[in-house]
Amino acid sequence: MTKVHVTTTVNGDTVEFLADPRETLLDCLRDHMGLTGSKEGCGTGDCGACSVELDGTLVCSCLVLGVEAEGKTVSTIEGMANGSELHPLQRKFIEHAALQCGFCTPGILVAARKLLEVNPDPTEEETRYWLAGNLCRCTGYDKIIRAVLDAAAEMRQEVA
Amino acid sequence: MRYHSPTDFASASALAAGASGVTRFLSGGTDVLVQMRAGMVLPDDLIDLKKIPGVSDITQTAGGGWRIGVAVPGIVLGAHEGLKADWPGVVEGMNLVGSTQVQGRATLTGNLCNGSPAADSVPGLVAAGAVVEITGPTGVRTVAVEAIPAGPGKTTLAKGELISAIVLPARGDNAGDAYLRFIPRTEMDIAVVGCAVSLRLSGDTITEARVALGAVAPTVLLVSAAADAIIGTTLDDAALDALAAAASAAANPITDKRGTKEFRVEIAGVLAKRAAKIAFARAKGETA
Repeated sequence: MTKVHVTTTVNGDTVEFLADPRETLLDCLRDHMGLTGSKEGCGTGDCGACSVELDGTLVCSCLVLGVEAEGKTVSTIEGMANGSELHPLQRKFIEHAALQCGFCTPGILVAARKLLEVNPDPTEEETRYWLAGNLCRCTGYDKIIRAVLDAAAEMRQEVA
Repeated sequence: MRYHSPTDFASASALAAGASGVTRFLSGGTDVLVQMRAGMVLPDDLIDLKKIPGVSDITQTAGGGWRIGVAVPGIVLGAHEGLKADWPGVVEGMNLVGSTQVQGRATLTGNLCNGSPAADSVPGLVAAGAVVEITGPTGVRTVAVEAIPAGPGKTTLAKGELISAIVLPARGDNAGDAYLRFIPRTEMDIAVVGCAVSLRLSGDTITEARVALGAVAPTVLLVSAAADAIIGTTLDDAALDALAAAASAAANPITDKRGTKEFRVEIAGVLAKRAAKIAFARAKGETA
């Protein structure tokens, strides 16, 4: 199997790796770059635990091949906090206890960050539909939705 | 598996025509990668189309229609005001496919070529009278969208052929379209029945119509009898009943875990009525 040399930008850093063309971007992030924050729940695009942004678009990294990342920009959960300062979404998830086992949390945070970027003042319904592709088997979702809406409110006040 | 990323459709076609093993074209990958993961399809040659110039573009044609590249994802269709204004039914059908994350990748062309009878974007394209441009070893040909599906997981594309663009006709005046599907939940599900209606009015009278049904036969159906039931009418109750009867009569579904044959036949008529009302209101310029 011929490996393909891939150059991409991950969380602002230029990264190079050799990918088997069958490997997903998720495989490459976890196994070649050591970025294990993105999780594999299903591997078939159903659960959202592997959510990342690819050139600014929210995608399941299990449904992208590593070789497709050539020349692109990838944002993962590892780039969310600013050093030791948590992103408001991360802080609100802790405050609202919006996680239990935590396996879905990185994907939900990445998805929620994108939601608040495109829609800083989402309704509860819009938030629930946006996050419909992020499955959580622990929380029942209510605390997650509350945390996202609370973070949105805080972020709007900061800008104002 | 060999990964190819050609930069024009003729090369993509030549690669597929010359391949001896299992070949797949890759655009959004939301079906292909799942099939690879499940071991259902293990391609020897995977041909990524996203390096071909123009595949991510939506452009207006000289005649006022729209040409949609094969790698345009649902989220881009949903954000395109001009396309949504002309063909809201086509866009809403595509936007029902999967999650926000899947919308970031999944494409109209992929939804069509995956060959699912329940593909949510296909009835809207069929009702709209959309055509596909096919690049093959002998050149380029154009065929109607409804001529592509050949049965579950199958298309009429020959070896070496691939879709190089989807083209929607000019919408024109006093016209509207709509797509509805039935699922037992609100989101993230596969259609039990889908129905798209596109129509044009003169005053309050329907002068043109196309009705398409999904998930009630081995392929998406274009139901001319259902269109005939409302052409020449003002979509009064009698016309709606005739439309529902024609849609139900055309439905030839199976019973599976998502719904029984009897249920699907009934719902085909119900959705046809509702979609026709929405298309009618849109043609009148009302927001529906």
